[in-house]
Amino acid sequence: MARVVLVGNLAQLTGGVAEFDLSATSVKQLFQQLGELHPALARHLEDGIAVAIDGQIFQDALLEPIGPDSEVFLLPQIAGGSTST
Amino acid sequence: MAETMTNGSSQTYVGTRTIRPDGADKVTGRARFGADFNLPGQLIGRVLRSPHPHARIVSIDTSKAEALPGVKAVITRADFADQSSEFIPAGEMMMNYKDVVRNVMAREKALYEGHAVAAVAATSAAIARRALKLIEVKYEVLPHVIDVVEAMQPNAPLLHDDLFTVGVEPKPEKPSNIAKRVEIKQGDVEAGFKKADLVIEREFKTAPVHQGYIEPHAALASVSEDGSTELWCTTQGHFIVRAHCARLLGLDIGKVRVTASEIGGGFGGKTVVYLEPLAIALSKKAKRPVKMVMSREEVFKASGPTSGATVRVKLGATKDGKFVAAFAELKYQAGAFQGSPVQPGVMCAFAPYDIEHVHVIGYDVVSNRPKVAAYRAPGAPISEYAVESVVDEIAKKLELDPIDLRMQNAAHEGTKAAYGPKFGPVGLEETLNAIKKTEHWNAPLRKWQGRGVASGFWFNIGGETCASLTVNEDGTISLMAGTPDIGGLRASLAAVAADELGVPYDKVRPIIGDTGSVGFNFLTGGSRSAFSGSMAIVEAAKQIKAELCARACKLWEATPDQVEFSGGSVRPLGALAEKVKPMSVADFAKVAGKTGGPIGGVGRINAQGAGPSFGTHLVDLEVDPETGRVTVLRYTVAQDAGRALHPAYVEGQFQGGAVQGIGWALNEEYIYGDDGKLQNAGFLDYRMPVASDVPMIDAILVEVANPKHPYGVRGVGETPIVPPLGAIANAMESATGIRFTELPMSPPKVLKALKDKGLSRA
Repeated sequence: MARVVLVGNLAQLTGGVAEFDLSATSVKQLFQQLGELHPALARHLEDGIAVAIDGQIFQDALLEPIGPDSEVFLLPQIAGGSTST
Repeated sequence: MAETMTNGSSQTYVGTRTIRPDGADKVTGRARFGADFNLPGQLIGRVLRSPHPHARIVSIDTSKAEALPGVKAVITRADFADQSSEFIPAGEMMMNYKDVVRNVMAREKALYEGHAVAAVAATSAAIARRALKLIEVKYEVLPHVIDVVEAMQPNAPLLHDDLFTVGVEPKPEKPSNIAKRVEIKQGDVEAGFKKADLVIEREFKTAPVHQGYIEPHAALASVSEDGSTELWCTTQGHFIVRAHCARLLGLDIGKVRVTASEIGGGFGGKTVVYLEPLAIALSKKAKRPVKMVMSREEVFKASGPTSGATVRVKLGATKDGKFVAAFAELKYQAGAFQGSPVQPGVMCAFAPYDIEHVHVIGYDVVSNRPKVAAYRAPGAPISEYAVESVVDEIAKKLELDPIDLRMQNAAHEGTKAAYGPKFGPVGLEETLNAIKKTEHWNAPLRKWQGRGVASGFWFNIGGETCASLTVNEDGTISLMAGTPDIGGLRASLAAVAADELGVPYDKVRPIIGDTGSVGFNFLTGGSRSAFSGSMAIVEAAKQIKAELCARACKLWEATPDQVEFSGGSVRPLGALAEKVKPMSVADFAKVAGKTGGPIGGVGRINAQGAGPSFGTHLVDLEVDPETGRVTVLRYTVAQDAGRALHPAYVEGQFQGGAVQGIGWALNEEYIYGDDGKLQNAGFLDYRMPVASDVPMIDAILVEVANPKHPYGVRGVGETPIVPPLGAIANAMESATGIRFTELPMSPPKVLKALKDKGLSRA
């Protein structure tokens, strides 16, 4: 299971829950699983979120693979990205 | 097919100081910048701007202007459809289309002095100016607010009655000027501060500063009868200009072709649109080309500076210098519309350091100023200036060497950044070591002279990029990129292409294609263009090499394992080498038509893997106790470039960032009167450093390779503006014993501080 951490204001959309263990194998699956768990978060995942997988930041990379033991952070996009969450 | 990277070929240009492909045109004046483009029959466009910082627009009567002979079109808010609320990338920040349409042309209210209210196109500039005077605008003048802290007060004049603070619970019921509250948090800062032997807490203020590009905004638009639109403009991203103009004017993107001119500086400020949609709207209405160029006053009053801010920093350390807890609160001016760079400011504030407990809060605040735009490492110089000042104070209080203190706490590979993920290989420690080894670090100082050091961080990005390589009939290479060349892109990409294909550097001709000639590219920003562009060129070259090997197999009736590409040629292997001779790129070019047609490759990528960049700056300065004037005596930059594709250009980025930071620290500021009007909208009164104000900036290239890039490249353009503010403030403390907490440290402020301490000779 990948360890997923929400950075910044995102946890306000999950009732304060900032850490998850998810079985997602790609960023697309990760967003899907998080969106199902917390529908309020879903809209914010569509745009403006960067994903750091094991220390490497990806932007607009839905197909990027996530390993079973990966550490994943969801954070505001760095450039050209949203600061709206 | 066997293949070797031609990095192993006999000729390598990456890492050398090759001749700049655009150099001859620039030194002879042949290069065409934004205002150099003209078309037959063109009209001149001018903008009517609000004289009020805050006013409701009751009515606009353009009838007299339209009746003036020579006036061919007049536009107002009525010519732009309103936009729904949708956030879109604006450089390294976000902007909402609902706000963009209001920023390019005021609708309900004018929100800052200089806000566009109407525009005209006429047969001459003189007629256009006369027409502006004939436009009758009825304003209901409203109270204004300029200062960020005042704008946050509950009773402050309200800019937008539909702006409710995002990021606070419960959701506010009343609108305010605070657009957003953001935060990052890790650990338990209160518990962390309890472990500290020393806690320093200070508040800092910075002034808004303009990017200060020499070339003003300029656009030339031509709309044909069928709606096809051509636009020439100075921009950091012509694909973004295309998208914004198409959206604002209801055009099909495919019908808009944008050509980026040579650019006389942008630094983030040319990532948004101002004149471009106006020129298109005027051209469409007038049915003639329309050219618009901002005056310097308009550039200052109506294009984005970066935020001014108030920053409170609290940092705790043990007596042996270990940082244990950090807190900061940032209040950033966004200008008239939300979208300051407070989020990256929050994320960068403590990024250089390995601190267990961190909490940073940021506020995005609107006020009656021009909407801010990106400026090199948006948001980071402000927050990191405050942090680096406090770090220096801790070093003084604990009697520790400031470089050793930074080294002890420096982020390194595996450090968990305050904003979440762990760093990969990064070079902060290497830059600190490089500075400490300089002769500069130990050079003697005299009375009234001081020395300061500071470090800085910026993320860097990749993004969507498309670039092509075409093998011409004579074996020369045409290289087309789609991001405007601001800091050496063409030279850098040409070197990569030459190395990859094993051809001489001067046989590669790089150009920047228009939006109709090359696939989509995100803009030049985020220190991305050379990083991403070189990855796209490697991909394009890979396609060419594969194609040449395939053709060689057909010509030689060989199998793929019998050929390889190396040293600029396809080479036969094994027994085949006795039968046929290697074929160079030029050899294939001669027979291209007979072997399958034109040869080329296109790299289309969404570049990932941008490596963060750290830098450390060292500055000596001297304070004149009679006038408060500060002279920068010596300056050294050390920064991790990953791998410098073109060292001279990389050094230029270091030097340019340092000089802009010197201006930010010592002189530059937007000065407003009580009437809310900008008082220094020109280079005489808005004092930027010129060549005679600064010493030669020494540049040290640190190269800790980025493992995610084929050449190890990191972005280099933004980090260099982050450390100067702190380094200079620390040097001021070293020279005077006074901790300056407000920028700029201009002569009047310095003199007052010296007098207050009884140190001035004046």
